[in-house]
This record gives sequence, structure tokens and C-alpha cells, in this order.
Amino acid sequence: MADPMRIRAQASGDKATVRVLMSHEMESGQRKDANGKIVPAWFIQEVTALHNEKTVMTAEWGPAVAKNPFLQFSVKGAKAGDKITILWKDNKGDSRKDEATVT
Amino acid sequence: MQTRRETLKHSAVVAGLLASTGLFPQFAHAAFNKAAFDAKSVQDVLKAIGPGALAESKDVTITGPDIAENGAVVPLGATTTLPNVKQLLILVEKNPSVLVAMFHMTDSIDATVSTRAKMGQSSDVYAVAITADGKALFAKKEVKVTLGGCGG
Repeated sequence: MADPMRIRAQASGDKATVRVLMSHEMESGQRKDANGKIVPAWFIQEVTALHNEKTVMTAEWGPAVAKNPFLQFSVKGAKAGDKITILWKDNKGDSRKDEATVT
Repeated sequence: MQTRRETLKHSAVVAGLLASTGLFPQFAHAAFNKAAFDAKSVQDVLKAIGPGALAESKDVTITGPDIAENGAVVPLGATTTLPNVKQLLILVEKNPSVLVAMFHMTDSIDATVSTRAKMGQSSDVYAVAITADGKALFAKKEVKVTLGGCGG
């Protein structure tokens, strides 16, 4: 399983800004290795964000998202103590789920 | 001789194996719109997703650097002030696959997302907002890349 994500959720006013740093190789499928063979694509395909167990956003990503992807968005109505959960799934079927509390 | 029960059990095992090897793509990646991510031009991406005509709009903004020193990490963001936005897309016109990311929005989040993309070369980048009534509005910006992030 992949390394944990770093999630930071900060409340300001009536919304909370969520910043996520995922740990993933995000191989584009364009690069060649030392023997000239194409390195197969390996990237996060689906990302889901939940606020107190309710899905607030889903995303589909292509291989053009940078290595160790960063994602920022803001959740309306989230306040300190609320739970933010992020899930991702890559094209090899690996997945990861992490949680953070809004501060 | 095989009983009916055994046959059923075997076919379930086979189905499970197929699913795990990804031969059942509809199960493995239910939500993933592969056609959109394979598309080679901005128009093709929109065709694969299926909204109406594309129009430039002041209500959509793309944020990104004017010059990216490292094409492997280009911070890009899409924002819109439009109501009822269903999807936000980030596209890089001259990448091998144009679509970078597609965000499905709900009412609970602001129509603002940012992430980091890879760019192979200097190109126009697009933010496209698709509203619930099927309109596609975009904003574009040129980003110059001094060192490419795809290939090697």
C-alpha cells in the first residue's frame, strides 16, 4: 500500500480549505527506461472527497497530473472538528483512504 | 460429472479472476471516462464528455504561472463564479493526452480547485466549466515551459 496522504483542512468563515498531498509516482506512460522501453502508465484515476461521510467531490485524473499530486478545494459549511476523508484509486487497483479533522 | 452448484461456483471464480486482471473494465473503473482521457484535442475531450458548444467566458478563470521553470510540476487552478457547475476540467492543449483532470462538483464545495500538472512543452492551458444545463464555458492562458515534464 502506498504512503499516507497529508491532508490539511482549515476552517475560515463558513467554509474550510482542504489541501491534500498524495504520495504517488504518477508515471505518465510516455517515459522510456534505460533500455528504451516505455514505462507503463501508473497514475491515480479516481479521487473522492468526503465531508462527514458525505461525498462532496469526485475527480477523475489522467496521467498528466504531476508526481505526488497536490489538490486544493474548499468545502462549504465545514467547521472545526468536522471530518474530511479523501480516497484515491489508481489504474493498478491500488487505493488509499485517509482522514483529517478540520481545524 | 459436474453438478449445477459446482458449475456456478466455478463461473463465479472465473468472473472474479477476470475482474482482478482488469478484463472487466466496466467493473474495475466504473467512473473513469477513458475516451476523454485519450482524446488528443480540446474538441475531442468535450465530445467524449458530451456538453454543448464551447464558449469563452469571463466567469471562468484559470490560474497558473506565465512561465513554468519545471514542466513536471505546474500549478494550475480552475475557478468559476457560475452557479450550477457540474464539472470543472483542466486541459493542457499540447500534452499527449489533453485532459489533465476532471472534477465532479457538488453544491457542498466551492467551484474552485487547484492541482499540479505535467506539461510537455509551452502550451495554452484551459479551464472548462460544464454547467448543469449542458453549457461548456472556458478560459485559457498561455504557459511557457522551459523544461518539459513528459518524456525523458
